[in-house]
Amino acid sequence: MLEIATPEAVLFWVLAPLSVVAALGMLLVKKAVHSAILLAWVMVTLAIFYIAQGALFLGIVQIVVYTGAVMMLFLFILMLVGVDASDSLVETIKGLRWIAITAALGFGGLMIALIGRATLGRSYLGLDIANEDGNVEGIAVLLFSNYVFPFEVISALLITAAVGAMVLAHHQRTNHRPTQREQAIARFRTGSLGDAAGLPGPGVYALHNAVDVPALLPDGTPAPTSISATLKARGDVIDSAKFQLDVVDPTIKEEK
Amino acid sequence: MTTAELLGKDPVWLIVVKAVIVFAICVVSTLLAVWTERRVLAKMQLRTGPNRVGPFGLLQSLSDGVKLALKEDIIPAAADKVVFIAAPIIAAAMCFMSFAVIPMTGKVNLFGQETAMQLTDLSVGVLYILAVTSIGVYGVVLAGWSSGSTYPLLGGLRSSAQVVSYEIAMGLSLVAVFIYAGSMSTSEIINSQHDNYWNVLVLFPSFVIYVISMVGETNRAPFDLAEAEGELVGGFHTEYSSLKFALFFLAEYVNIVAVSALAATLFLGGYHAPPGLGFTEAWLGGWFTIVWFFLKVNIFFFIFMWLRATLPRLRYDQFMKFGWKVLIPVSLIWILIVATLRVIQQEGASRTVLAAFAVGLVIIAMAVSSLYERSKKKSEVPLVEGEAPDFPVPSLPGVTSLNVSQQTQTGSKNE
Repeated sequence: MLEIATPEAVLFWVLAPLSVVAALGMLLVKKAVHSAILLAWVMVTLAIFYIAQGALFLGIVQIVVYTGAVMMLFLFILMLVGVDASDSLVETIKGLRWIAITAALGFGGLMIALIGRATLGRSYLGLDIANEDGNVEGIAVLLFSNYVFPFEVISALLITAAVGAMVLAHHQRTNHRPTQREQAIARFRTGSLGDAAGLPGPGVYALHNAVDVPALLPDGTPAPTSISATLKARGDVIDSAKFQLDVVDPTIKEEK
Repeated sequence: MTTAELLGKDPVWLIVVKAVIVFAICVVSTLLAVWTERRVLAKMQLRTGPNRVGPFGLLQSLSDGVKLALKEDIIPAAADKVVFIAAPIIAAAMCFMSFAVIPMTGKVNLFGQETAMQLTDLSVGVLYILAVTSIGVYGVVLAGWSSGSTYPLLGGLRSSAQVVSYEIAMGLSLVAVFIYAGSMSTSEIINSQHDNYWNVLVLFPSFVIYVISMVGETNRAPFDLAEAEGELVGGFHTEYSSLKFALFFLAEYVNIVAVSALAATLFLGGYHAPPGLGFTEAWLGGWFTIVWFFLKVNIFFFIFMWLRATLPRLRYDQFMKFGWKVLIPVSLIWILIVATLRVIQQEGASRTVLAAFAVGLVIIAMAVSSLYERSKKKSEVPLVEGEAPDFPVPSLPGVTSLNVSQQTQTGSKNE
């Protein structure tokens, strides 16, 4: 069996249970976003294990790649499932649960068999031989000599997938989209010049500036365009007249 | 002796001492950075800036920090409590971690031990910084999501998209440095620059791309769309108060110092003195190199402030377009050129071959740009109206689609 140094053993026994708990939690928590966070945690702990085992490059790349990937997953959850989406436990396809359990058991069995075949009855060669010329160089040699073909095939596959997704999501504009400049010109050419500078903001200066109080025009009448149409439709508009000063005191002299 | 071997000899107590020093440097530089930023921005806007607390207002940020810590800590009712508390901790912790691999001095004597002012030297040090900062973004995104409110959510989403896209450009700009230095370790990159020219001269396009993407990566003006006060109130930290907000504040500034330090390390020769001033290292000893290091970091920090005072915030679509359609293709092409040149150099080709290669590149670039200009002119021709189809099709350029909904409506009326 391989010798495990004490700090590494401590690291393993602290992080491994946390990692397993997080992996289980990922399946059991209800909110999809919590699942994504726990997935990120599992990925990070795996990376730490890789680093502890001497595969420094693999560990760091694991973090760089998977944090980005989980971030995308996070975006997808928010965009497609919803901000506060929770799992519904209703079976939509009949017998899905049993199929899933069978597949999971099969996959687990496969993993155990593979790991057992790779480790049991074989002597541990160690990373020292693989890392002889440096960890990064070792990976580079393998990746660009023995495994260059699978590596290229996978990258072609990924690029095809990315391009396919873009084609599916692509939407061609049928009409010209006005630029900011064109919009600005149009504002001055059409309609009244009064609207060209934008709508007035709500609120009565220095007395009440909430969005539900119409601004006052110079003649003292409320400006209806200063209030959002939504608020108006809801009836949430407060009369701005009550924030006006009744009498302007003429005795107050302007400060010089 | 390489830096990795030098640091490998550190006893445990020295590592702890250095960790504390790095932590202190981060916190103190944040306090000074806030003050510097306010003063410099004020100068640029013809104001004075904070000048009341302490000499030149130096203690202003400290007193602001104390005030911030004493404020009421509010957790909104709609917030996801655990994530809400964890988010600022993630953001701040990860910024400090990225400082571990940044070399601040050469060989120095610290409490009687020969060492270097660098916590650890990884063979993939620069990638480690990328990894740690990308975890740090989780803090921002989770803060946005867990606040349970609209503006923070939008800010968090913007930030995640922003960092993912600008990290690609940043990573690509680093590739050229790796190719030239033949290593991914920060100390090796500094040494390779010390032996040759600084990377800012050799790899100028990479330098420009890195500087642009580092502003995008740290959510700073003009790329501060994640917190855009005008549109999103405060973005991801709208709902945060007291110490949790302070942690985000700290994270932002430590992050700025960290990316500036990385820029100095990768492109400006790190802690080494500028060419011609190398005698300062010999005369004043290893500790003096820390002065050069902080001078270089401050150059970048000044660029950050200068940008903030000069440029208005970008519109979100312009910002994304710039990242994906300009920065990434340009850095890909640049890597191609650098890699080819490197191989030609290693094969021992003569200068004529190199010159021919460079001339060829220029000709190709000119041809491509002229072709691009032509295609641009063609596409400006307005779309020709095609014949109206007899059956409903999705609308396409040049084809007037039949309005399906209108037809069915009139059809139902006729019935």
